[in-house]
Amino acid sequence: MTIKGKAYIAGAYEHPTRLAKDKSVAQLHAESAAGALRDAGLTKDDVDGYFCAGDAPGLGPLAMADYMNLKLTHLDSTDVGGCSYISHVSHAAQAIAMGKCKVALITLAGRPRSEGHSGATPRMRGADAPDTQWEFPLGIATVNAYAMVAARHMYEFGTTSEQLAWVKVAASHHAQHNPHAMLRDVVTVEQVVNSPLIATPLHRLDCCVVSDGGGALVVVHPDIAKTLKRPMIKVLGAGESMKGQMGGAVDLTYSAAVRSGPMAFSEAGVKPSDIKYASIYDSFTITVVVQLEDLGFCEKGKGGAFVADGNLISGVGKLPFNTDGGGLCNNHPANRGGITKVIEAVRQARGEAHPAVQVKNADLVLAHGTGGLLGSRHGGATLILERE
Amino acid sequence: MAGKERAIPAPGVNPETEVFWNAAKEGKFLLRSCDDCGKSHWYPRAVCPHCLSEKTSWNEHPGGGTIYSVSVMARAPEVYAVAYVTLDGGPTMMTNIVDCDFSTLKIGQKVKLVFKPTQGEGAPPFPMFTPA
Repeated sequence: MTIKGKAYIAGAYEHPTRLAKDKSVAQLHAESAAGALRDAGLTKDDVDGYFCAGDAPGLGPLAMADYMNLKLTHLDSTDVGGCSYISHVSHAAQAIAMGKCKVALITLAGRPRSEGHSGATPRMRGADAPDTQWEFPLGIATVNAYAMVAARHMYEFGTTSEQLAWVKVAASHHAQHNPHAMLRDVVTVEQVVNSPLIATPLHRLDCCVVSDGGGALVVVHPDIAKTLKRPMIKVLGAGESMKGQMGGAVDLTYSAAVRSGPMAFSEAGVKPSDIKYASIYDSFTITVVVQLEDLGFCEKGKGGAFVADGNLISGVGKLPFNTDGGGLCNNHPANRGGITKVIEAVRQARGEAHPAVQVKNADLVLAHGTGGLLGSRHGGATLILERE
Repeated sequence: MAGKERAIPAPGVNPETEVFWNAAKEGKFLLRSCDDCGKSHWYPRAVCPHCLSEKTSWNEHPGGGTIYSVSVMARAPEVYAVAYVTLDGGPTMMTNIVDCDFSTLKIGQKVKLVFKPTQGEGAPPFPMFTPA
Protein backbone atom coordinates (compact mmCIF):
# COMPACT_ATOMS: atom_id res chain seq x y z
CA MET A 1 0.00 0.00 0.00
CA THR A 2 1.22 3.48 -0.81
CA ILE A 3 -0.18 6.98 -1.28
CA LYS A 4 2.26 7.59 -4.13
CA GLY A 5 0.31 9.06 -7.00
CA LYS A 6 -3.06 8.53 -5.27
CA ALA A 7 -3.78 12.23 -4.67
CA TYR A 8 -2.90 15.71 -5.94
CA ILE A 9 -2.75 19.14 -4.32
CA ALA A 10 -5.12 21.15 -6.50
CA GLY A 11 -5.62 24.25 -4.34
CA ALA A 12 -3.35 26.28 -2.06
CA TYR A 13 -4.01 29.66 -0.49
CA GLU A 14 -2.20 31.78 2.08
CA HIS A 15 -4.40 34.41 3.70
CA PRO A 16 -2.79 37.81 3.03
CA THR A 17 -3.47 39.24 6.49
CA ARG A 18 -0.74 39.39 9.13
CA LEU A 19 -2.82 41.37 11.65
CA ALA A 20 -6.53 40.55 11.87
CA LYS A 21 -7.92 42.60 14.74
CA ASP A 22 -11.24 42.94 12.91
CA LYS A 23 -11.77 39.25 12.07
CA SER A 24 -12.66 36.08 14.01
CA VAL A 25 -10.61 32.90 13.87
CA ALA A 26 -13.53 31.01 12.29
CA GLN A 27 -13.80 33.72 9.64
CA LEU A 28 -10.08 33.39 8.84
CA HIS A 29 -10.49 29.60 8.45
CA ALA A 30 -13.42 30.08 6.08
CA GLU A 31 -11.76 32.88 4.07
CA SER A 32 -8.70 30.66 3.67
CA ALA A 33 -10.91 27.74 2.58
CA ALA A 34 -12.65 29.94 0.01
CA GLY A 35 -9.28 31.07 -1.35
CA ALA A 36 -7.95 27.53 -1.76
CA LEU A 37 -11.15 26.28 -3.43
CA ARG A 38 -11.09 29.27 -5.85
CA ASP A 39 -7.46 28.47 -6.59
CA ALA A 40 -8.39 24.87 -7.42
CA GLY A 41 -11.46 25.81 -9.43
CA LEU A 42 -13.76 23.93 -7.06
CA THR A 43 -16.63 24.96 -4.78
CA LYS A 44 -17.56 24.11 -1.22
CA ASP A 45 -20.14 21.62 -2.47
CA ASP A 46 -17.33 19.58 -4.03
CA VAL A 47 -15.71 19.10 -0.59
CA ASP A 48 -16.34 15.72 1.06
CA GLY A 49 -13.32 15.54 3.39
CA TYR A 50 -12.28 18.13 5.99
CA PHE A 51 -9.14 18.46 8.09
CA CYS A 52 -8.15 20.94 10.80
CA ALA A 53 -6.03 20.62 13.94
CA GLY A 54 -7.07 20.72 17.59
CA ASP A 55 -6.61 24.49 17.84
CA ALA A 56 -9.52 25.20 15.45
CA PRO A 57 -12.50 26.76 17.24
CA GLY A 58 -14.94 24.24 18.72
CA LEU A 59 -14.87 20.48 19.21
CA GLY A 60 -12.42 18.92 16.77
CA PRO A 61 -13.51 19.60 13.18
CA LEU A 62 -17.23 19.88 13.98
CA ALA A 63 -17.67 23.61 14.54
CA MET A 64 -15.67 24.67 11.51
CA ALA A 65 -17.27 22.07 9.24
CA ASP A 66 -20.67 23.34 10.38
CA TYR A 67 -19.64 27.03 10.03
CA MET A 68 -18.76 26.34 6.39
CA ASN A 69 -21.84 24.09 6.02
CA LEU A 70 -19.85 21.18 4.57
CA LYS A 71 -21.32 17.79 3.73
CA LEU A 72 -18.64 15.26 4.60
CA THR A 73 -17.80 11.59 4.36
CA HIS A 74 -14.42 11.98 6.10
CA LEU A 75 -13.19 14.14 9.03
CA ASP A 76 -9.83 14.34 10.84
CA SER A 77 -8.49 16.73 13.48
CA THR A 78 -5.07 15.20 14.12
CA ASP A 79 -3.05 17.68 16.18
CA VAL A 80 0.72 17.41 16.44
CA GLY A 81 1.27 21.16 16.66
CA GLY A 82 2.48 23.33 13.82
CA CYS A 83 3.30 20.47 11.45
CA SER A 84 -0.24 19.01 11.68
CA TYR A 85 -1.15 20.37 8.25
CA ILE A 86 1.71 18.49 6.60
CA SER A 87 0.35 15.32 8.23
CA HIS A 88 -3.13 16.29 7.05
CA VAL A 89 -2.00 16.18 3.41
CA SER A 90 -0.76 12.63 3.98
CA HIS A 91 -3.96 11.65 5.81
CA ALA A 92 -6.06 13.19 3.05
CA ALA A 93 -4.13 11.20 0.43
CA GLN A 94 -4.67 8.04 2.51
CA ALA A 95 -8.42 8.72 2.79
CA ILE A 96 -8.66 9.43 -0.95
CA ALA A 97 -6.68 6.26 -1.76
CA MET A 98 -9.10 4.27 0.42
CA GLY A 99 -12.14 5.78 -1.27
CA LYS A 100 -13.32 7.67 1.82
CA CYS A 101 -13.42 11.07 0.08
CA LYS A 102 -12.43 12.74 -3.20
CA VAL A 103 -11.94 16.42 -2.34
CA ALA A 104 -10.24 17.09 1.00
CA LEU A 105 -10.08 20.60 2.44
CA ILE A 106 -7.41 21.46 5.05
CA THR A 107 -7.60 24.76 6.97
CA LEU A 108 -5.57 26.62 9.59
CA ALA A 109 -6.09 30.07 11.12
CA GLY A 110 -5.28 32.02 14.25
CA ARG A 111 -4.75 35.47 15.77
CA PRO A 112 -1.79 35.20 18.17
CA ARG A 113 -0.54 38.67 17.19
CA SER A 114 -3.87 40.36 17.95
CA GLU A 115 -4.15 38.37 21.16
CA GLY A 116 -0.66 39.33 22.32
CA HIS A 117 0.88 35.85 22.42
CA SER A 118 4.64 35.43 22.43
CA GLY A 119 6.97 32.48 22.21
CA ALA A 120 8.76 33.83 25.28
CA THR A 121 5.74 33.32 27.56
CA PRO A 122 5.32 29.92 29.25
CA ARG A 123 2.19 28.26 27.87
CA MET A 124 0.06 25.73 29.75
CA ARG A 125 -0.53 22.87 27.29
CA GLY A 126 -3.37 21.25 29.22
CA ALA A 127 -3.49 21.19 33.04
CA ASP A 128 -4.09 17.44 32.91
CA ALA A 129 -1.19 16.67 30.56
CA PRO A 130 1.08 14.31 32.51
CA ASP A 131 4.17 16.49 31.93
CA THR A 132 2.56 19.79 32.95
CA GLN A 133 3.21 19.57 36.69
CA TRP A 134 6.88 18.76 36.03
CA GLU A 135 7.52 21.41 33.40
CA PHE A 136 5.11 24.35 33.49
CA PRO A 137 6.44 25.61 36.87
CA LEU A 138 9.92 25.76 35.30
CA GLY A 139 8.99 28.57 32.93
CA ILE A 140 9.45 26.39 29.86
CA ALA A 141 8.30 28.49 26.91
CA THR A 142 8.68 27.92 23.19
CA VAL A 143 11.90 29.88 22.77
CA ASN A 144 13.88 28.39 25.67
CA ALA A 145 12.87 24.82 24.74
CA TYR A 146 14.38 25.36 21.28
CA ALA A 147 17.30 27.29 22.76
CA MET A 148 18.35 24.23 24.77
CA VAL A 149 18.54 22.31 21.48
CA ALA A 150 20.75 25.06 20.05
CA ALA A 151 23.00 25.08 23.14
CA ARG A 152 23.50 21.32 22.94
CA HIS A 153 24.10 21.43 19.16
CA MET A 154 26.81 24.03 19.70
CA TYR A 155 28.36 21.94 22.50
CA GLU A 156 28.36 18.65 20.56
CA PHE A 157 29.15 19.86 17.05
CA GLY A 158 30.75 23.29 17.38
CA THR A 159 27.86 25.01 15.61
CA THR A 160 28.13 28.80 15.91
CA SER A 161 25.67 31.68 16.28
CA GLU A 162 26.99 33.01 12.98
CA GLN A 163 26.08 29.76 11.21
CA LEU A 164 22.57 29.83 12.69
CA ALA A 165 22.26 33.46 11.59
CA TRP A 166 22.70 32.41 7.94
CA VAL A 167 19.27 30.74 8.10
CA LYS A 168 17.66 34.09 8.93
CA VAL A 169 19.80 35.91 6.37
CA ALA A 170 18.61 33.52 3.64
CA ALA A 171 14.97 33.91 4.68
CA SER A 172 15.31 37.70 4.60
CA HIS A 173 16.78 37.61 1.07
CA HIS A 174 13.59 35.81 -0.01
CA ALA A 175 11.16 37.93 2.04
CA GLN A 176 12.26 41.16 0.35
CA HIS A 177 10.31 40.00 -2.73
CA ASN A 178 7.13 39.07 -0.84
CA PRO A 179 4.77 42.06 -0.50
CA HIS A 180 2.82 40.26 2.26
CA ALA A 181 5.89 39.42 4.40
CA MET A 182 5.98 40.93 7.88
CA LEU A 183 9.74 41.56 7.73
CA ARG A 184 11.03 42.56 4.28
CA ASP A 185 14.41 44.06 5.13
CA VAL A 186 17.45 42.03 4.14
CA VAL A 187 19.56 41.40 7.23
CA THR A 188 23.21 40.43 7.72
CA VAL A 189 24.84 37.82 9.95
CA GLU A 190 26.14 40.68 12.10
CA GLN A 191 22.63 42.08 12.56
CA VAL A 192 21.36 38.69 13.69
CA VAL A 193 24.13 37.97 16.20
CA ASN A 194 23.98 41.55 17.51
CA SER A 195 20.22 41.48 18.06
CA PRO A 196 19.21 41.04 21.74
CA LEU A 197 19.61 37.62 23.33
CA ILE A 198 16.16 36.26 24.14
CA ALA A 199 16.97 32.76 25.44
CA THR A 200 20.67 31.97 25.22
CA PRO A 201 22.08 31.22 22.71
CA LEU A 202 19.13 32.42 20.54
CA HIS A 203 18.81 36.08 19.57
CA ARG A 204 15.67 37.96 18.63
CA LEU A 205 16.44 37.52 14.93
CA ASP A 206 16.84 33.76 15.41
CA CYS A 207 13.09 33.70 16.21
CA CYS A 208 10.13 33.58 13.84
CA VAL A 209 7.48 36.28 13.66
CA VAL A 210 4.19 36.20 15.56
CA SER A 211 1.45 36.76 12.99
CA ASP A 212 -2.29 36.45 12.55
CA GLY A 213 -3.54 34.72 9.44
CA GLY A 214 -4.43 31.42 7.92
CA GLY A 215 -4.03 29.07 5.04
CA ALA A 216 -5.80 26.24 3.27
CA LEU A 217 -5.08 23.35 0.93
CA VAL A 218 -7.28 21.22 -1.32
CA VAL A 219 -6.17 17.63 -1.89
CA VAL A 220 -8.06 15.72 -4.60
CA HIS A 221 -8.45 12.33 -6.27
CA PRO A 222 -6.48 11.94 -9.54
CA ASP A 223 -9.75 11.80 -11.54
CA ILE A 224 -10.68 15.26 -10.21
CA ALA A 225 -7.16 16.71 -10.63
CA LYS A 226 -7.30 15.85 -14.35
CA THR A 227 -10.48 17.92 -14.81
CA LEU A 228 -9.00 21.09 -13.25
CA LYS A 229 -7.02 23.81 -15.00
CA ARG A 230 -4.18 23.86 -12.46
CA PRO A 231 -0.71 22.25 -12.70
CA MET A 232 -0.81 18.62 -11.51
CA ILE A 233 1.05 18.49 -8.17
CA LYS A 234 1.25 14.86 -7.14
CA VAL A 235 1.66 13.58 -3.57
CA LEU A 236 4.71 11.37 -3.99
CA GLY A 237 5.53 10.35 -0.43
CA ALA A 238 4.98 11.24 3.20
CA GLY A 239 6.13 10.29 6.67
CA GLU A 240 5.29 11.29 10.20
CA SER A 241 6.60 10.59 13.64
CA MET A 242 7.16 12.10 17.07
CA LYS A 243 9.96 12.28 19.58
CA GLY A 244 9.86 12.93 23.30
CA GLN A 245 12.10 12.68 26.34
CA MET A 246 12.24 8.88 26.13
CA GLY A 247 11.59 8.39 29.82
CA GLY A 248 14.59 10.50 30.71
CA ALA A 249 17.01 9.31 28.00
CA VAL A 250 16.92 12.87 26.67
CA ASP A 251 18.85 13.47 23.43
CA LEU A 252 18.42 16.95 21.95
CA THR A 253 20.71 16.36 18.97
CA TYR A 254 18.07 14.99 16.63
CA SER A 255 14.39 15.35 15.78
CA ALA A 256 11.45 13.21 14.67
CA ALA A 257 12.62 13.88 11.10
CA VAL A 258 15.03 10.94 11.45
CA ARG A 259 11.95 8.73 11.07
CA SER A 260 9.52 10.84 9.02
CA GLY A 261 12.17 11.77 6.43
CA PRO A 262 13.32 8.27 5.43
CA MET A 263 9.68 7.10 5.28
CA ALA A 264 8.80 9.92 2.88
CA PHE A 265 11.89 9.48 0.70
CA SER A 266 11.36 5.71 0.55
CA GLU A 267 7.71 6.05 -0.46
CA ALA A 268 8.55 8.70 -3.05
CA GLY A 269 11.48 6.69 -4.41
CA VAL A 270 13.78 9.70 -4.38
CA LYS A 271 16.75 10.88 -2.30
CA PRO A 272 17.60 14.22 -0.67
CA SER A 273 19.98 15.23 -3.46
CA ASP A 274 17.07 14.95 -5.95
CA ILE A 275 15.04 17.68 -4.17
CA LYS A 276 15.00 21.00 -6.07
CA TYR A 277 13.34 23.11 -3.36
CA ALA A 278 12.63 22.52 0.35
CA SER A 279 10.19 24.20 2.74
CA ILE A 280 11.72 23.61 6.17
CA TYR A 281 9.87 24.68 9.32
CA ASP A 282 11.73 27.69 10.68
CA SER A 283 10.24 28.46 14.08
CA PHE A 284 13.83 29.27 15.00
CA THR A 285 17.08 29.14 13.06
CA ILE A 286 18.20 26.04 14.97
CA THR A 287 15.03 24.19 13.93
CA VAL A 288 16.14 24.37 10.29
CA VAL A 289 19.67 23.14 11.00
CA VAL A 290 18.53 20.09 12.98
CA GLN A 291 15.82 19.14 10.48
CA LEU A 292 18.12 19.48 7.44
CA GLU A 293 20.57 17.09 9.09
CA ASP A 294 17.87 14.61 10.06
CA LEU A 295 16.31 14.67 6.58
CA GLY A 296 19.70 13.73 5.14
CA PHE A 297 20.53 16.95 3.30
CA CYS A 298 23.86 16.89 5.16
CA GLU A 299 25.61 14.79 7.79
CA LYS A 300 24.56 14.99 11.45
CA GLY A 301 26.44 17.85 13.08
CA LYS A 302 27.32 19.55 9.76
CA GLY A 303 24.09 21.55 9.48
CA GLY A 304 25.78 24.76 10.61
CA ALA A 305 28.33 24.57 7.82
CA PHE A 306 25.62 23.50 5.34
CA VAL A 307 23.43 26.58 5.88
CA ALA A 308 26.34 29.05 5.94
CA ASP A 309 27.41 31.36 3.13
CA GLY A 310 24.01 31.59 1.49
CA ASN A 311 23.54 27.90 0.69
CA LEU A 312 19.77 28.23 1.33
CA ILE A 313 19.31 31.34 -0.85
CA SER A 314 17.47 30.80 -4.13
CA GLY A 315 19.76 31.40 -7.10
CA VAL A 316 22.84 31.34 -4.85
CA GLY A 317 22.98 28.12 -2.86
CA LYS A 318 22.47 24.42 -3.45
CA LEU A 319 19.21 24.06 -1.51
CA PRO A 320 16.78 26.97 -1.92
CA PHE A 321 14.46 27.02 1.09
CA ASN A 322 11.42 28.98 2.29
CA THR A 323 11.31 31.31 -0.70
CA ASP A 324 8.28 33.14 0.74
CA GLY A 325 10.47 34.32 3.62
CA GLY A 326 9.28 31.50 5.88
CA GLY A 327 8.25 31.89 9.47
CA LEU A 328 11.37 33.89 10.20
CA CYS A 329 10.32 36.78 7.95
CA ASN A 330 6.99 36.20 6.22
CA ASN A 331 4.27 34.55 8.27
CA HIS A 332 3.66 32.11 11.14
CA PRO A 333 -0.15 32.08 11.34
CA ALA A 334 -1.56 30.74 14.63
CA ASN A 335 2.03 29.99 15.73
CA ARG A 336 1.72 27.02 13.36
CA GLY A 337 3.89 27.11 10.27
CA GLY A 338 3.11 23.78 8.62
CA ILE A 339 0.53 24.93 6.14
CA THR A 340 2.60 27.82 4.77
CA LYS A 341 5.42 25.32 4.24
CA VAL A 342 3.20 23.23 1.96
CA ILE A 343 1.76 26.31 0.23
CA GLU A 344 5.18 27.66 -0.81
CA ALA A 345 6.29 24.17 -1.90
CA VAL A 346 3.19 24.02 -4.14
CA ARG A 347 3.94 27.50 -5.53
CA GLN A 348 7.48 26.38 -6.39
CA ALA A 349 6.33 23.11 -7.96
CA ARG A 350 3.78 25.01 -10.07
CA GLY A 351 6.34 27.62 -11.07
CA GLU A 352 4.18 30.28 -9.40
CA ALA A 353 6.64 31.55 -6.77
CA HIS A 354 7.87 35.14 -7.08
CA PRO A 355 10.09 35.28 -10.21
CA ALA A 356 13.02 36.55 -8.15
CA VAL A 357 13.00 33.39 -6.02
CA GLN A 358 11.43 30.80 -8.36
CA VAL A 359 13.69 27.76 -8.63
CA LYS A 360 14.18 26.64 -12.24
CA ASN A 361 12.27 23.46 -13.04
CA ALA A 362 11.28 22.83 -9.42
CA ASP A 363 9.50 19.62 -10.32
CA LEU A 364 10.42 17.79 -7.10
CA VAL A 365 9.89 19.61 -3.80
CA LEU A 366 9.75 18.79 -0.09
CA ALA A 367 7.97 20.27 2.91
CA HIS A 368 8.93 19.30 6.44
CA GLY A 369 7.78 20.54 9.81
CA THR A 370 8.17 20.14 13.54
CA GLY A 371 5.20 20.70 15.86
CA GLY A 372 5.20 21.24 19.61
CA LEU A 373 8.56 21.81 21.25
CA LEU A 374 11.74 20.43 19.69
CA GLY A 375 13.32 20.54 23.16
CA SER A 376 10.70 18.46 24.99
CA ARG A 377 8.21 16.56 22.83
CA HIS A 378 7.37 17.21 19.20
CA GLY A 379 5.73 15.86 16.09
CA GLY A 380 7.49 15.67 12.75
CA ALA A 381 5.98 15.43 9.28
CA THR A 382 7.59 15.20 5.85
CA LEU A 383 5.88 15.53 2.46
CA ILE A 384 7.36 15.11 -1.02
CA LEU A 385 5.52 16.50 -4.05
CA GLU A 386 6.14 16.16 -7.78
CA ARG A 387 4.85 18.22 -10.69
CA GLU A 388 3.63 16.00 -13.50
CA MET B 1 24.07 36.35 42.01
CA ALA B 2 20.90 36.66 40.01
CA GLY B 3 18.47 39.56 40.49
CA LYS B 4 14.87 39.25 41.60
CA GLU B 5 13.72 35.64 41.63
CA ARG B 6 10.87 34.37 39.48
CA ALA B 7 7.74 33.26 41.33
CA ILE B 8 7.37 29.53 40.70
CA PRO B 9 3.82 28.28 40.05
CA ALA B 10 2.79 25.33 42.25
CA PRO B 11 2.79 21.95 40.48
CA GLY B 12 -0.62 20.37 39.90
CA VAL B 13 -0.30 17.34 42.19
CA ASN B 14 -2.43 14.28 41.36
CA PRO B 15 -2.91 10.83 42.96
CA GLU B 16 -0.15 9.35 40.79
CA THR B 17 2.43 11.86 42.04
CA GLU B 18 1.43 12.95 45.55
CA VAL B 19 4.02 10.69 47.22
CA PHE B 20 6.77 12.56 45.35
CA TRP B 21 5.50 15.99 46.38
CA ASN B 22 4.86 14.98 50.00
CA ALA B 23 8.46 13.71 50.18
CA ALA B 24 9.64 16.98 48.65
CA LYS B 25 8.03 18.82 51.55
CA GLU B 26 10.30 16.77 53.82
CA GLY B 27 13.35 17.59 51.72
CA LYS B 28 13.53 14.16 50.08
CA PHE B 29 14.07 13.81 46.31
CA LEU B 30 12.46 10.64 44.96
CA LEU B 31 12.97 8.85 41.66
CA ARG B 32 10.60 6.28 40.25
CA SER B 33 12.09 3.06 38.97
CA CYS B 34 10.80 -0.19 37.58
CA ASP B 35 10.81 -3.40 39.59
CA ASP B 36 10.71 -5.44 36.37
CA CYS B 37 13.25 -3.82 34.01
CA GLY B 38 15.23 -2.13 36.78
CA LYS B 39 15.45 1.22 35.02
CA SER B 40 14.64 4.57 36.62
CA HIS B 41 12.85 7.25 34.63
CA TRP B 42 11.81 10.92 34.58
CA TYR B 43 9.21 12.40 34.98
CA PRO B 44 7.84 9.95 37.56
CA ARG B 45 5.07 7.62 36.36
CA ALA B 46 3.19 4.71 37.91
CA VAL B 47 3.67 2.82 34.64
CA CYS B 48 7.25 2.34 33.45
CA PRO B 49 7.99 4.24 30.19
CA HIS B 50 10.73 1.74 29.35
CA CYS B 51 8.68 -1.49 29.51
CA LEU B 52 5.10 -0.49 30.48
CA SER B 53 5.31 -2.56 33.66
CA GLU B 54 2.91 -1.45 36.41
CA LYS B 55 5.37 -2.58 39.09
CA THR B 56 7.24 0.61 39.87
CA SER B 57 8.48 2.04 43.16
CA TRP B 58 9.99 5.16 44.69
CA ASN B 59 13.55 5.44 45.89
CA GLU B 60 15.50 8.41 47.18
CA HIS B 61 18.20 10.00 45.03
CA PRO B 62 21.01 12.08 46.59
CA GLY B 63 20.45 14.88 44.09
CA GLY B 64 23.77 15.16 42.26
CA GLY B 65 23.90 15.69 38.52
CA THR B 66 25.44 17.31 35.44
CA ILE B 67 24.03 20.01 33.16
CA TYR B 68 23.06 18.42 29.79
CA SER B 69 21.78 21.68 28.30
CA VAL B 70 20.86 25.11 29.62
CA SER B 71 19.26 28.34 28.35
CA VAL B 72 19.01 31.64 30.19
CA MET B 73 15.85 33.68 29.59
CA ALA B 74 17.83 36.86 29.27
CA ARG B 75 14.99 39.35 28.75
CA ALA B 76 12.37 37.93 31.11
CA PRO B 77 11.26 40.34 33.88
CA GLU B 78 13.09 38.03 36.29
CA VAL B 79 15.96 36.31 34.49
CA TYR B 80 15.94 32.53 34.93
CA ALA B 81 17.66 29.45 33.52
CA VAL B 82 15.91 26.34 32.20
CA ALA B 83 18.04 23.23 31.90
CA TYR B 84 18.19 19.53 31.47
CA VAL B 85 20.21 17.89 34.25
CA THR B 86 21.41 14.30 33.97
CA LEU B 87 21.15 12.81 37.46
CA ASP B 88 24.11 10.76 38.71
CA GLY B 89 23.37 7.19 37.60
CA GLY B 90 19.89 8.19 36.50
CA PRO B 91 17.67 9.86 33.95
CA THR B 92 17.84 13.39 32.54
CA MET B 93 15.23 15.83 33.89
CA MET B 94 14.00 19.27 32.93
CA THR B 95 14.66 21.78 35.70
CA ASN B 96 15.89 25.27 36.56
CA ILE B 97 19.40 26.25 37.64
CA VAL B 98 19.11 28.73 40.52
CA ASP B 99 21.12 30.75 43.07
CA CYS B 100 24.08 31.47 40.80
CA ASP B 101 25.61 33.82 38.22
CA PHE B 102 23.74 32.67 35.11
CA SER B 103 26.53 33.86 32.80
CA THR B 104 28.88 31.20 34.20
CA LEU B 105 26.62 28.20 33.52
CA LYS B 106 28.04 25.58 31.17
CA ILE B 107 27.02 22.23 29.73
CA GLY B 108 28.94 19.51 31.62
CA GLN B 109 28.94 21.49 34.87
CA LYS B 110 28.26 19.56 38.12
CA VAL B 111 25.16 20.65 40.00
CA LYS B 112 23.32 19.65 43.18
CA LEU B 113 19.66 19.56 44.10
CA VAL B 114 17.95 22.41 45.92
CA PHE B 115 14.22 22.56 46.64
CA LYS B 116 12.70 25.97 45.85
CA PRO B 117 9.36 27.14 47.28
CA THR B 118 6.37 27.44 44.95
CA GLN B 119 3.40 29.81 45.10
CA GLY B 120 0.51 29.14 47.47
CA GLU B 121 0.06 28.05 51.06
CA GLY B 122 1.01 24.41 51.61
CA ALA B 123 2.28 24.04 48.03
CA PRO B 124 5.22 21.63 47.69
CA PRO B 125 8.73 22.88 46.82
CA PHE B 126 10.13 22.18 43.34
CA PRO B 127 13.34 20.24 42.62
CA MET B 128 15.90 22.56 41.06
CA PHE B 129 19.69 22.66 40.92
CA THR B 130 22.57 24.94 41.77
CA PRO B 131 26.28 24.65 40.88
CA ALA B 132 27.96 22.03 43.11
